[in-house]
Amino acid sequence: MGYPHKPHEKETVILSEYFGDAEARSYDGWVKRGGYKALKASLEMQPAEVVEIVKSSGLRGRGGAGFPTGVKWSFMPKEKSKPHYLCCNADEAEPGTFKDREIMRWTPHALIEGCAIAQYAIQAEITYIYIRGEFTEPLRIMQAALDDAYGNGVLGDNAMGSGRRLDMYIHRGAGAYICGEETALMNSIEGQRGNPRIRPPFPAASGVFGMPTTINNVETLAAVPHIINRGPEWYKSLSLNNEKSCGTKLFSVSGHVQRPGNYEVTMGFPLGELINDLCGGMRQGRTLKACIPGGSSVPILNREETESCLLDYEGCVEMGTMLGSGGVIVFDDSADMVYQTMRLARFYAHESCAQCTQCREGTGWTVRILERILAGQGEPKDLDLLLDLADQMTGKTICVLSDSCAAVVISTIKRFRNEFEAYMAGTREPGVVAAGVG
Amino acid sequence: MADQALVTLTIEGVEVSVPKGTTILEAAKQAGVLIPHYCYHPGLPIAGVCRMCLIEVEGTPKLQIGCATEVAQGQVVKVFGDEALKARESVLEFLLINHPLDCPICDQAGECELQNYVFQEGRSNTRYAEYAKRFSPVEDFGADVLYVPNRCILCTRCVRFMEHVAEEPVLNVSERGDRAFIGIHPDATLDHEWAGNVVDLCPVGSLISKDFLHKARAWELDRTPSVCTGCSQGCNINLDTRSDVVVRIRPRPNPEVNRHFICDTGRMHYRWMNRGDRIEAPLISRGGELQATDWDHALSEAARLVSGSGGRAVVLISPNASNEAMFLAKRLVAQFTATLAFRVERVDGEIPLSGVPGLALRAERAANVAGATALGYRDDFDAAVQAIEGASLVIVVADDLEGVSREALQKAVNAVYIGTILPDAARGAALVLPVANTAEEDGTLVNRDGRVQRYLQAKSAPGMARPVWWVLGEVLKELGRGESLFSADEAFALMAEAEGSFRGLSYANLGMHGRTMSEARVSV
Amino acid sequence: MEQTTEYAPVFTGDNRKRLDEVLARYPAKRAGLLAALWMVQEQHGWVSDEAMAETADVLGLTPSYIKGVVTFYTMYHQHPVGKTFVQVCTTTPCNICGAEEVVEAFLEHTGCGDLGATSPDGKFTVIEVECLGACGFATPVMMNEDVIENVTPEKVPDLVKQYS
Ligand SMILES: Cc1cc2nc3c(=O)[nH]c(=O)nc-3n(C[C@H](O)[C@H](O)[C@H](O)COP(=O)(O)O)c2cc1C
Ligand code: SF4
Ligand code: SF4
Ligand code: FES
Ligand code: FES
Repeated sequence: MGYPHKPHEKETVILSEYFGDAEARSYDGWVKRGGYKALKASLEMQPAEVVEIVKSSGLRGRGGAGFPTGVKWSFMPKEKSKPHYLCCNADEAEPGTFKDREIMRWTPHALIEGCAIAQYAIQAEITYIYIRGEFTEPLRIMQAALDDAYGNGVLGDNAMGSGRRLDMYIHRGAGAYICGEETALMNSIEGQRGNPRIRPPFPAASGVFGMPTTINNVETLAAVPHIINRGPEWYKSLSLNNEKSCGTKLFSVSGHVQRPGNYEVTMGFPLGELINDLCGGMRQGRTLKACIPGGSSVPILNREETESCLLDYEGCVEMGTMLGSGGVIVFDDSADMVYQTMRLARFYAHESCAQCTQCREGTGWTVRILERILAGQGEPKDLDLLLDLADQMTGKTICVLSDSCAAVVISTIKRFRNEFEAYMAGTREPGVVAAGVG
Repeated sequence: MADQALVTLTIEGVEVSVPKGTTILEAAKQAGVLIPHYCYHPGLPIAGVCRMCLIEVEGTPKLQIGCATEVAQGQVVKVFGDEALKARESVLEFLLINHPLDCPICDQAGECELQNYVFQEGRSNTRYAEYAKRFSPVEDFGADVLYVPNRCILCTRCVRFMEHVAEEPVLNVSERGDRAFIGIHPDATLDHEWAGNVVDLCPVGSLISKDFLHKARAWELDRTPSVCTGCSQGCNINLDTRSDVVVRIRPRPNPEVNRHFICDTGRMHYRWMNRGDRIEAPLISRGGELQATDWDHALSEAARLVSGSGGRAVVLISPNASNEAMFLAKRLVAQFTATLAFRVERVDGEIPLSGVPGLALRAERAANVAGATALGYRDDFDAAVQAIEGASLVIVVADDLEGVSREALQKAVNAVYIGTILPDAARGAALVLPVANTAEEDGTLVNRDGRVQRYLQAKSAPGMARPVWWVLGEVLKELGRGESLFSADEAFALMAEAEGSFRGLSYANLGMHGRTMSEARVSV
Repeated sequence: MEQTTEYAPVFTGDNRKRLDEVLARYPAKRAGLLAALWMVQEQHGWVSDEAMAETADVLGLTPSYIKGVVTFYTMYHQHPVGKTFVQVCTTTPCNICGAEEVVEAFLEHTGCGDLGATSPDGKFTVIEVECLGACGFATPVMMNEDVIENVTPEKVPDLVKQYS
């Protein structure tokens, strides 16, 4: 079920099969639906075999970067000399993205099972599920499911009778987008400010508490039980465009469509069809203007690009954007692209952790220039300045939050330059700029 | 170190070989290239946050930070390529958007790393003209430190020092984004014994010393290498002087002793160097009254007073006196049965700088106890004072005679006082010789680890005061037991010849980081 | 609104037990900090300087360190807030669906007037927040721990009544 709507016939419903089905939230309900078979099977294999299966399935990280999951797991030391950790990234704060929330709300045991399998595969004794502070309901549901899983012997000192100890805890965030960045997340678990760390060392060598750590997104981990149950070949075969992108992906659609929500489609599905068929097209009397297909951090597409974009890693790159987290933000012709660019820049300025000079100062400066343009005081040289700042904010900082802010600016100016120029020429009413960052 | 693998790379066309694991920034120093940097400091854990040290590494598409990127065999590094220059110019521009243009009234001007790099690599114009700069009021962090947030570039050096070196996180980064600043809990103060180092570490004028506030401009200062006399640690320092007045003490890096740091006690331990109530001329006792005289008279009187032999002599010396002084004083009383003594203030407990093993404000509050001991002086001041009775001669060098009476001194046949200030008891001496203090002479001290370290003259001595080594050298010459000494170096050479502990050492081989006595013995 | 009464410690009795349970999950005490601060806010409604000092004592940290952490995370209140804390998402996906009008409606109907200000009756504080991770349900609004989806200006008066 493509929550909150009934599944569309073009969806491939795997992760979202039980969205909206409250009974699936309980341990019993989950087992009745085939739950925990994959964990049992995994615990009967060698950890390395599980890693191999995930590697050959072609599963790639759903948190944004698309890194092959099995390969990431294989970076963990094979010979254990210290504790290992798994971190599940449930920080989901990328504007436009709300899929992990639904996975946790409806199928908490799917995530617990995925985490437990991964935890076993990388030989970690503890999984921390890092849930953003605002997700109060998912937090409650996940906690109840964890208690249930412990109570039924899925977790604890003899996980599913395997003789192994598997522990899993929730770590609640407290309001910081940057904590979704994997090394910031580790610092946040350690009770620090959520500052991204410089790399090397990489998490597989020295992650949370200085120990070998793997970090995966909720959706990535939730896909793992299906791969174990149905085999890597099956997963690999789910691919409509490029064989390097396979499986299903949850797309969170927001903005000016008739039916916003989460839709699960096979990799390579056309973006145009997602918007027009699954989401019922644009609001009454409106037309498509632009779309950000992968969460606010990826470049924006204009109408033509949107209509010909195929939703997988390669398809998006072909259009000059990225698949990111799969947060599809749809704009119709009523949207003011200059104002929304400012609003997104303000998001990044608000969320910058303040470590890197370019990001800390560049995001704020960008907002101020855009506010000036919106107030009708922009000058033509401001666009060059914005692009120059964006250039200096790209590829030079600890994490890519800075790059993300730059990508918004660069891609919007590239595609909607006329709207900026209209403000400068005075042919567009100066906008009312709402309260500043703070 | 010798067997450590070396990596060879090229930096700006210069080939260097450095130990594996060295960062590009450190390797570049060896190639004679300074990569601009802010957050990096060799005494702190690496943060990699300011992004100022961006450089090009051939074959790597993105610019890399020199402070955290390790060298690799065959690497080709460009520090001044167009892309890196542009990136650094941009960092400077970002740092300046909220930085006030108050250099004319800023204490850091002249030694500001922002001012310097902007001059070298910054843009000539500002593109931030239309916007108001952020303004926040100055905050008192307690103890000696003020925080000027407007000037802060958030390099986090101060925070890292308190957290990882002092191991008492009293400072924090507060808030996020461009609202961030260096914060402190309202109940906390920066009164840690080693906290003053944050002022030196701050690359801009954001953390400033109240003590130094508006005292001098950096370019008016003369800087002289010295050694702190606050305790037996022997931290290396610079004495900053302006018109012959010591206005500030700052640490001088010495990896073997104090790395980059000094404690606040040492930092504030300079006012005595500028005291105005000095003995400015030799004083000779005539009918119970001390009267000024010239050096010729004073020296012949001194020779007369110490010319006897066979009896007993007592030398009371300050444990902050130079080795040269201690050695010559000892030589002066060689014909006597001598009691050589000093006393030292000891407090309860040490105050370590937790993150630097072997570094602490020591309980023993004097700089040359080890030197005195090596030269045969005993920490038995009271017995030595007792021994004055019936002695032929007592010589006091720079001890303040606290607790010793005029009469006690007069129980010896002859008493000579050599010092900088005239305590009341010294009025019982037959002769008073004015000498230079530590800031006014060259000399050496031995720290608690047996490290012999040089200090240099930073200011002139008042009036007719002369270095102790010169005075004692002249007296020995008057006695026909030596030649005039022209430098402390010569005095040291005499000592190295005569004293086993100092054998093999010379000013030349001590350098400015010193050597330990045991190192010297090994190499002899 | 500033506290004038004597500070009531948080980490005693049951709370202390709860904290110890949390600490047992981590190899380092400091890792319990975020959870401890949540407990503080649960009890006092905000995280005061005194609370930071207490937390520092309990976890072996310094109050300054904790202040650095508290000011990083926007959900910890550095000042007392109204009985119902209203957070309206106005980030782009919600913004283009009319989120700013929802903010206006809240400011009007709660009597808060300004963002961040507490209403004269002490019942509400309204702020704009960044993406709440519910963009498909524009406009999502957090009222204390509840997330209410699909809020429109028309629904605001009822919500205000409900939480009064
Ligand atoms: C600023 C920033 C925010 C991020 N936020 C999230 C997030 O909320 N959730 C997430 O899963 N990954 C997020 N990521 C990506 C993570 O760093 C990391 O790549 C991911 O969790 C790895 O999991 P995966 O391999 O399963 O995708 C973020 C990255 C950055 C740079
Ligand atoms: S790029 Fe921005 S968010 Fe990322 S580490 Fe640097 S300052 Fe922090
Ligand atoms: S006060 Fe100075 S040392 Fe501290 S962060 Fe600011 S600029 Fe750096
Ligand atoms: S000096 Fe290298 S990043 Fe600051
Ligand atoms: S943008 Fe409002 S919830 Fe995501």
